[in-house]
Amino acid sequence: MEAAGQNVIEVEHLTRTFGDFTAVDDISFSVKTGERFAFLGPNGAGKSTTIKMLTTLLAPTSGRISIAGHDPAKDPNGVRQNIGIVFQDPSLDEDLTAWENLEFHGVLYHVPHAARRERIDALLKFVELDGRRDSLVKTFSGGMKRRLEIARGLLHHPRIMFLDEPTLGLDPQTRNHMWQYLQNLNKEEAVTVFFSTHYMEEADKVAERIAVIDHGRIVAVGSGAELKEKTGTESLEAAFLALTGSEIREEEGNAADRLRMMGRAWRGNRR
Amino acid sequence: MKTAYIMWLRELKKFFRNRSRVIGALGQPLLFLLAFGYGFGAVFRAAGQGDYIQFLAPGVIGMSIIFGSIFNGMSLIWDRQFGFLKETLVAPVSRFSIMFGRTLGGATTAALQGCVVLLVTFVAGFHPENWLLVPFALLVMVLMGFVFAALGLMFGSLLSDMQGFQLIMNFMVMPLFFLSGALFPLTGIPTVMQWIARFDPVSYGVDAMRILLVNRGEFSLALDLSVMVAVALLFLALGSRFFSKIQI
Repeated sequence: MEAAGQNVIEVEHLTRTFGDFTAVDDISFSVKTGERFAFLGPNGAGKSTTIKMLTTLLAPTSGRISIAGHDPAKDPNGVRQNIGIVFQDPSLDEDLTAWENLEFHGVLYHVPHAARRERIDALLKFVELDGRRDSLVKTFSGGMKRRLEIARGLLHHPRIMFLDEPTLGLDPQTRNHMWQYLQNLNKEEAVTVFFSTHYMEEADKVAERIAVIDHGRIVAVGSGAELKEKTGTESLEAAFLALTGSEIREEEGNAADRLRMMGRAWRGNRR
Repeated sequence: MKTAYIMWLRELKKFFRNRSRVIGALGQPLLFLLAFGYGFGAVFRAAGQGDYIQFLAPGVIGMSIIFGSIFNGMSLIWDRQFGFLKETLVAPVSRFSIMFGRTLGGATTAALQGCVVLLVTFVAGFHPENWLLVPFALLVMVLMGFVFAALGLMFGSLLSDMQGFQLIMNFMVMPLFFLSGALFPLTGIPTVMQWIARFDPVSYGVDAMRILLVNRGEFSLALDLSVMVAVALLFLALGSRFFSKIQI
């Protein structure tokens, strides 16, 4: 393992286009081992697209990525062995129980049997779902699903933890709880934490460095204090607005989103 | 192999939790047995071909297996829409083992469904010639399930939403079944139809079951099995190739 202070994520001139639309436009940045790094930006700024490219789910149009020394395009499994992800959209299997979702994840990520069972018990308690461990996920509320998803993301202890708007829809208690757990993991196991958010105070509180991304470009990088200083503003929110403007962004739903809605309506009728 | 096992286990758990699907899947074969089996029985006998139920039952079992397994494979599209696919795609495991486990799961559940249909055919008056060969027919069901679960996963990897599903059903699955000789003997039909049936893997699966269950077949058991194993490997290879190219 490389020493702290070395770059564990390196991104150079990364671009991703969808037809005429440029979702990510020539961005470059790096994250050091053990760093807590935030991607802050309005809806549709390119945060999720970037995370998908970093986590081998989407191929870049151009540019170079290195994750723990591996290139997602050439050695996706090398990257996968070093990362953990909490996705923005749901990714649980609703026909399995809470426990099974965690167990399957643990097996897929090669967590040894004893450690797996121990951590699953601890994490279910941690997200206060241990009473519902054998309930099917489809009977859970939105908040419960989100908590289970977070627990699953924390089950294997990767070198880099990606979280794509992890606190969306979480209550403040769970949110605090989760960040505490991650900060411990970050300190004790030097896990690098890379997350995206549009909560300013969250980025300010948790992240050591923040990259403000807008229209697919990184408009500023620095600590919360540096960003405030750079824009001559009092709060990070004011700095954010100064950097990204105050127009409201619309995120276009893709085919998958629309179908997910249809599927929900359909499954709702059946139940 | 642990990956393949866990993916297989997932398919089984989902199958046993979804009883309505199992019961729903019985409707179509039952309808075929009644409408065709009894409807055409007299004509079939008059043409000197014997008891139509005996001929039809393996074909109807084959139908439930191909429909069940292709549908299972294509449930990959649901996983893509409801997000679980992402979870498997970012896991540090080989794409082949994910694909293999899912295919095996699809094959197992399809064969289980085939067994239920087999029980139903008994009620309709079907009786195997040799009961000792029934277990071997079950193995053929698994093999057949494997072929078509792999095919379903292939399509599932290529389609990003359910809109293409009807297309696949109407232009791929239905013709595969209806043109295979599952419903009629291949002798005495137009040459073109005979050739089509010879290029249809369903023909070989149904034929193998017919040989084992009622001792009547168009090809030899050795040919049936070789064709199915070859097609299974081909679909599995293509399927894992398409699967590994999925982007989200």
